[in-house]
Amino acid sequence: MNNFWLPVVTLWQRELVRFWRQKSRVLGVVASPLVFWLLIGSGSGDLGRFFAGALVLTVLFSAIFSTISIIEDRREGFLLSMLVSPASRTSLVLGKILGAATLAWIQGLIFLAFAPLAGVSIGIAEVVAVIGAVFLVSFTLTGLGFVIAWRMSSTSGFHAIMNLLLVPMWMVSGSLFPMATAHGWIKVVMWVNPLTYSISLLNGLLKLSSGSPGISVSLLVTAVFGVVLLLASGVVANQKSLVSNA
Amino acid sequence: MILAENLSHQYGSRLALSNVNFEVKAGEIFGLLGPNGGGKSTLFRILSTMMAPTGGRAEVAGHDVARDPAAVRRSIGVVFQTQSLDKALTVAENLRAQGHLHGLSGSKLNDRMQQVMERLGLADRRNDIVETLSGGLKRRVEIAKGLLHRPVVLLMDEASTGLDPGARRELWQYVEELRSREGVTILLTTHILDEADRCDRLALLHQGRVVAEGTPAHLRSGIGGDVVVLEPAETADAAALASRIETRFGLKPVVVDGVLRVEIANGHRFITEVVEAFPGAIDSVGLHKPTLEDVFVRETGASIE
Repeated sequence: MNNFWLPVVTLWQRELVRFWRQKSRVLGVVASPLVFWLLIGSGSGDLGRFFAGALVLTVLFSAIFSTISIIEDRREGFLLSMLVSPASRTSLVLGKILGAATLAWIQGLIFLAFAPLAGVSIGIAEVVAVIGAVFLVSFTLTGLGFVIAWRMSSTSGFHAIMNLLLVPMWMVSGSLFPMATAHGWIKVVMWVNPLTYSISLLNGLLKLSSGSPGISVSLLVTAVFGVVLLLASGVVANQKSLVSNA
Repeated sequence: MILAENLSHQYGSRLALSNVNFEVKAGEIFGLLGPNGGGKSTLFRILSTMMAPTGGRAEVAGHDVARDPAAVRRSIGVVFQTQSLDKALTVAENLRAQGHLHGLSGSKLNDRMQQVMERLGLADRRNDIVETLSGGLKRRVEIAKGLLHRPVVLLMDEASTGLDPGARRELWQYVEELRSREGVTILLTTHILDEADRCDRLALLHQGRVVAEGTPAHLRSGIGGDVVVLEPAETADAAALASRIETRFGLKPVVVDGVLRVEIANGHRFITEVVEAFPGAIDSVGLHKPTLEDVFVRETGASIE
């Protein structure tokens, strides 16, 4: 058991120490969603409506930032020595994802501090629930980043996926317009998009909107999505060939 | 301790290793010598369990690398050609993380870290961030990392790349000490001749094949006498000169990068004869005892570097 958790803890800790030594990273990750939010929110006169979306974007950026490092780390970096160590792949995956998710969570919480500007007023119990929900969303998005990054041989491929998949996924998640007023096939896309449920979970808990889907459905979908991604991460990382080419 | 049997590997349609066979005995320093792209890195990746071979099999410390990689990983220490250090962490933090990955912790790990750092002269650097260290020091941290868990087999991929001659000498002192004091079996890849000469035994790799194997002395003794190197004059054509020498002396010079090489006993006599026979056709002449480079040229017709 010790041999399983020791690597998990050491990798988690490594992410935090690295983060602490590069504090400027926080600014980069939190600043741009904050600017987007203030511009779009102020321009449309509704800061509250775009708050959850901007919060998820912060978490998404942080998750991408952390998982993109896997690509170079495996070619030349710390990941190499992890891969030839006897530590189980599953504990390596869990340690990396937990570490990166914790960083995304911290950055999400920094963004959350701006909630009063969005007109959020909730009790202590709800604040705790929101903090928990932000962690769940962080974990899910980090898992998503991990599954994508592990198979990639170059960071430019990851950037393409980010622009063609992750950012569009975020756009049609209720972050910019609610599902209720969406037109045509976009509505269907929103309905199957797991991120829609992350946004509505946060909107619900922050009492920013009470539209569909409801809190419990949103929580369930987000949690299931997270577990599926964790398992998928385990599967891709346990595949035999670790280096795809010369 | 290490065994390769008909080991082959294919990347798509490109054959990177072809029927490689060799055996490394316990406590040996075994070198894989060859040019970049010769198959060394592929072989290294297979032995270090990063990649399963597409044909044949390999064993390290009695375990099959493809079937039981976990057991192999417990027995090996790996020093990579590229950096495997976390540059944002300190020397001690890197070693501690490595220890944790190998299931070491607490005072046992602390003692071992102290030991390895002292051995490699890193004790006063323990709290330095790796990023701030010189190339030679980083290399030493890499080696400390590879040795931390007392592996029975140490695999080193071009470990002295980027080291100045002084640092390289120190590295070798340490490697030899490690073998004689702790009986560690060491396999290393290299394209540096001096380094290959210090190995107990060598396999020469070219285009994915082992073209020669043996002790450095044995490999060199395959070449009779001396090696004469002739550089043709700018106006002369190397191939034409080679065929003229062949008709005149009954020797077959090998042309590598526009330079002729001739293996011959009593090279000094040949030099005077050849220079007199072709006045003006030769710019410079050299004579040396056979080196591993000569062995490589003889076996492959190509140069290592």
